[in-house]
Amino acid sequence: MSEHTYKQFDAEMEEIRSGVMAMGGMVERQFARAIQALKHAEVDLIDVVANDEQAINQMQVNIDQQCSQIIAKRQPTAIDLRMVLTVVKVVNELERAGDEIKKIAYKAQQIQRPERLSTVRAYEITRAAELAEDNLRLALDAFARLDVNAAAQVVSNDEAIDFAFLAVLRQLISYMMEDPRTITPALEIVFIAKSIERIGDHAKNIAENVVHVVKGKDVRHATAEQIRAEVAE
Amino acid sequence: MNLDAVATRPEAEAGAAGPVVAKMSIQHLNFFYGKFQGLKDINLDVAERRVTAFIGPSGCGKSTLLRTMNRMYSLYPGQRAEGRIMFNGRDILDSDVDLNMLRAKVGMVFQKPTPFPMSIYDNIAFGVRLYERLSPRQMDERVEWALTKAAMWNESKDKLKQSGMALSGGQQQRLCIARAVSVKPEVLLLDEPTSALDPISTAKIEELISELKNDYTIAVVTHNMQQAARVSDYTAYMYLGELIEFSATDEIFLKPKRKETEDYITGRFG
Repeated sequence: MSEHTYKQFDAEMEEIRSGVMAMGGMVERQFARAIQALKHAEVDLIDVVANDEQAINQMQVNIDQQCSQIIAKRQPTAIDLRMVLTVVKVVNELERAGDEIKKIAYKAQQIQRPERLSTVRAYEITRAAELAEDNLRLALDAFARLDVNAAAQVVSNDEAIDFAFLAVLRQLISYMMEDPRTITPALEIVFIAKSIERIGDHAKNIAENVVHVVKGKDVRHATAEQIRAEVAE
Repeated sequence: MNLDAVATRPEAEAGAAGPVVAKMSIQHLNFFYGKFQGLKDINLDVAERRVTAFIGPSGCGKSTLLRTMNRMYSLYPGQRAEGRIMFNGRDILDSDVDLNMLRAKVGMVFQKPTPFPMSIYDNIAFGVRLYERLSPRQMDERVEWALTKAAMWNESKDKLKQSGMALSGGQQQRLCIARAVSVKPEVLLLDEPTSALDPISTAKIEELISELKNDYTIAVVTHNMQQAARVSDYTAYMYLGELIEFSATDEIFLKPKRKETEDYITGRFG
């Protein structure tokens, strides 16, 4: 895309885009820490994750403000308008992913308590978390490079995360049926799994917005297959 | 490029004033200023009771195109048009077209307000007298009707005897629109109607355009892209005498088909 006649407009657009990348990087780091807390019982990480969440919230507010200013001052149209609207939506997705990550960290702290640790072991959950982590990274890459093929891949990958979530759920139900004492810790893990699944959805939403910026088509409610077809056009 | 080829949102069309019909059909139009070719093979339908906007950088031919639609160019030797512009079943580029009748049917308003140096009342009555014989009472009614159409009856009814030149720029422009409307045209051509006006007068004219499209077919040339986005149903983007893209306005400003159009409307031009 060539430059605007107003160079300052280019600079402002670049600023919101790099703001999204910085915020995305922050969410990725926070997610990695939460997964570490989950796997290795690193309870001190919980505070770090909570602090990250505060910083992420502030980033969302700042980027939203910058987008409002661009709309007011520049009246963006076509691809610029789609980009500004997408940035507003993407930072919202990232902020909500940050909330889910914080929840994961808190729940991880609770299940690490000695009396709960013994019985339930849901190995599948780290797998789901890693899938979601990879997909979030891919979605942010797709945004940075405006790569619709990567975006379509993110949407396809989300099905694997949903599947992993169901696998965790099935496993936990088996535990709970077998031994009622596992119900409390198993439920904590259900909440974690649900949060992971939601983070996957946020990554998918980001990817759908990338398709909207590039193609001008709203694919929010399309299937993965329809999106692949749209991207191939 | 005819209207059938222009994608429109069905929901936007459903509520509007009837189906989209071509009021003027421009076919293979070429235009020459002496040896210089100002328009190159333009094909476009102007939809009835809709607003069609023409945008593009200076010298792209948008005003030239507007000036062919009522043969304004015929005033100047050395300027000629080839092709056809079909209007009410005949080609207005034919040499035997009655230009005065054509210009009564296809009125024009220019960039700078051009009131005649006479009273507000006579500014309107003058044009009407050229085409119709009305009794004094009928003329009074016509003047009121035209000023009402141009949304300035209330502010001018007590000073109809005052000179049209004494009005503010925005009022002068609305007086010119009233004058164009007074002879009951079918098409109104507006050539940058607000470029000399302040924002409030501009807003009033834009509001007026939305009102007038219930009764008239409107073609507007504007340098203000946001204005095209606000007032028009269809937008044509022109560059160097060619029609680059013609689409529903909603489409042009959200997802134009051509990169040239996108570069222009997003301010990446030149």
